[in-house]
Amino acid sequence: MTLHLTLPPRVWLAALGVALVLALGWVATQSGPLAPIKVIVTRVNTGEVSPALFGIGTVEAQRAYLIGPTTAGRVKRVLVDVGDTVSAGQLLAEMEPVDLDARVASSLASAAGGRSAVAVAEAQARDARSRQALASTEARRYVALGQDGILGQSLVDVKVQEQKSAAAQLAAAEAALAGARGDLARLDADIRAAQQQRGNLRFIAPIDGIVTTRSAESGSTVIAGQPVLELVDPLSLWIAVRLDQGRSAGLRVGLPTAITRRFDPKTPLPGKVVRVEPTSDSVTEERLAKVTFDSLPEGLSTGEMVEVTLHLPAIANAVIVPNASLRHRGSQAGVWLHADGQLRFIPVKMGAEGLDGKVQILEGLKPGDTVVVYSERALEEGSRIKVVPSLPGAAK
Amino acid sequence: MISLAGRDILHSSSKFVLTGMGLGLLIGVTFTMAGVYRGMVDDAKVLLNNSGADLWAVQKDTLGPYAESSSIPDDLYRGILGMPGVAQAANVTYLTMQIRNGATDVRAMVVGVVTGELGEPDYLIAGRRMTRGHYEAVADVSTRFVLGDRIRIRRHEYTVVGLTRRMVSSGGDPMVFIPLKDAQEAQFLKDNDAIVSERARTAANPALNRPGVPGLLNAIEASQTSNRNVNAVLVRVAEGRSPEAVAQAIRRWKHVQAFTREQMEDILIAKLIATAAKQIGMFLVILTIVSAAIVAFIIYTMTLGKIREIAVLKLIGTHDRTIASMILQQALGLGVIGFAVGKIAATVWGPAFPKYVLLLPADALRGFAIVMVVCALASMLAIRAALKVDPATAIGG
Repeated sequence: MTLHLTLPPRVWLAALGVALVLALGWVATQSGPLAPIKVIVTRVNTGEVSPALFGIGTVEAQRAYLIGPTTAGRVKRVLVDVGDTVSAGQLLAEMEPVDLDARVASSLASAAGGRSAVAVAEAQARDARSRQALASTEARRYVALGQDGILGQSLVDVKVQEQKSAAAQLAAAEAALAGARGDLARLDADIRAAQQQRGNLRFIAPIDGIVTTRSAESGSTVIAGQPVLELVDPLSLWIAVRLDQGRSAGLRVGLPTAITRRFDPKTPLPGKVVRVEPTSDSVTEERLAKVTFDSLPEGLSTGEMVEVTLHLPAIANAVIVPNASLRHRGSQAGVWLHADGQLRFIPVKMGAEGLDGKVQILEGLKPGDTVVVYSERALEEGSRIKVVPSLPGAAK
Repeated sequence: MISLAGRDILHSSSKFVLTGMGLGLLIGVTFTMAGVYRGMVDDAKVLLNNSGADLWAVQKDTLGPYAESSSIPDDLYRGILGMPGVAQAANVTYLTMQIRNGATDVRAMVVGVVTGELGEPDYLIAGRRMTRGHYEAVADVSTRFVLGDRIRIRRHEYTVVGLTRRMVSSGGDPMVFIPLKDAQEAQFLKDNDAIVSERARTAANPALNRPGVPGLLNAIEASQTSNRNVNAVLVRVAEGRSPEAVAQAIRRWKHVQAFTREQMEDILIAKLIATAAKQIGMFLVILTIVSAAIVAFIIYTMTLGKIREIAVLKLIGTHDRTIASMILQQALGLGVIGFAVGKIAATVWGPAFPKYVLLLPADALRGFAIVMVVCALASMLAIRAALKVDPATAIGG
């Protein structure tokens, strides 16, 4: 009777005790530092690695024109505004001419005076010529009469001297005429110079383009070389791309690229590398390249930031692992090989890496090997592991 | 020979088990508190381990980059890399901030790392490592981000491409790794409104906006928005070299402060988390004392509850030793149940804590010893009361 009554609590207690011991054992071995490290493994296989480079670029104009005066002055008027499309030869703006118009008028007046001087000199030359003709006729006549003994030698000598004097006067008059003509040519050149200077104050569009900056208004003073307007050739827009030096292997002219604009990441635009700059940025440790669009998109603006992906030729039949499986021990890169329930660190030599995280393994692994790709904790030689299909918290 | 203790336990088994479980929950709380303290210290240590560095080169006269802010030029690492005994050196930045993910935000430490260099997380639990030099992130799983999330750090959106685990700052904030250049920008780049008003301020300064020098203003504005600083350089020492010797060379020739791992651990544990750890430690001590007192009172009152039965035992001539061993066995039994329940409870609810709770086996053993000692001491008190009882109370009432 007593036995019958005491048995159930004893069994009950024993069961409770066993459960407690089991739970304690489970707790001690499955959690905390003694627990095996849960890992996910993957098989090494062969496939295609599509290496690619990724960089950030800014849209720039290959040809941009800064238009400003060559001497300091004041802006008279600006005829175009930012965003205007202009055609080559169009008047864009004008500087205040100050005294240049007066100088042109003065040159014109001087030239008119010069022309009068030429006319005077011409008339004087004609007069000298007729005097010289008369003198030489008279001299000839007197010389003949002198030879016949009709006239005295002294009279003949006077006429001969008059003839020589007239010839000299003619030469002087002709020289004066040439001088006057030279003066006139100089004055004409002065006119052209003044007119050209005047013309230099008018800003003419050198190309068909778009006005991007208007940095001075009428009345403002600008110095020589300071731009009043800026034009770009909209057909010359390209992208200045910066690529991390450490990840720029294979960068060369002609690579096809995908250009992503910020507002539309879903539709990359095709383009290609047209120039790899011979100098790199030593401060930011980046290589520089220029990329053009295959066809210019609508509404492209300079200074716009774009993401550029450069596609290198794919490598077929490569031994590949996910880059998450690569670990470092000191300076040695390698993977944890999982074979016969044991872990072994295998140093590997890596080749190309795709943006999708696939890494080509050149040495160290063969297809069919099993490597650890994810683990809960850092692994060590001899770590107890447990292969699981997925790790907690890592929801796909 | 019959076991008096076993008989007595069987007699009131449910009461005994429930008392043990109650005691166990209390012990569980104490274990958890110890786990919180250990977790705090461990957070500081994993921060150092995860970086993979032997040395930290930081701004002179600072205890950076974790305990104080430190800022050094980002080209300094080249000089360090050229020093004898240095195998690897990499720039790193740290910035604790709120990261937006949709409508919610998460407190996290943004770490700027050079991909493939020191400072990158060694292991992942999902996804892949960063392959682009910009706008990708690897996050600790406790941020609750999932692969493919677009998170916002300052002005840029980053795609979460990989998840890792136990990558936390010394304060327990989960880490989010992003490429160094983005992190440099994020650390110092202001919001757009601030940039625009800063430009206006610069333009209003006649010394910087001079009519005779076109382009000066643009150059100044460009220099204002670029950042060429990092918080620290992580250094790995070549095999066979003494970190302290390399640290001394860096201190002497590069005019920066360099800390070895031991020094860094000392800074983090003795300085950075000292007050918080002491706070928890103080609480742990009080909790241990209170738990011990409660265990003692429970055993004492349990014995007092049986005082009439003990008097009967004495009346029928039971040895004092038998009675004492009964009480001691019961007390130790309670202790064992309490310890087991406590350990299980702490393990079960530990992971639910927002910060890491580290339950060390050594702590459990230590706890077991303390529980046993406390139970034994408490039973002394009860035994004294039991032995003093007058057998006459059994019939006197």
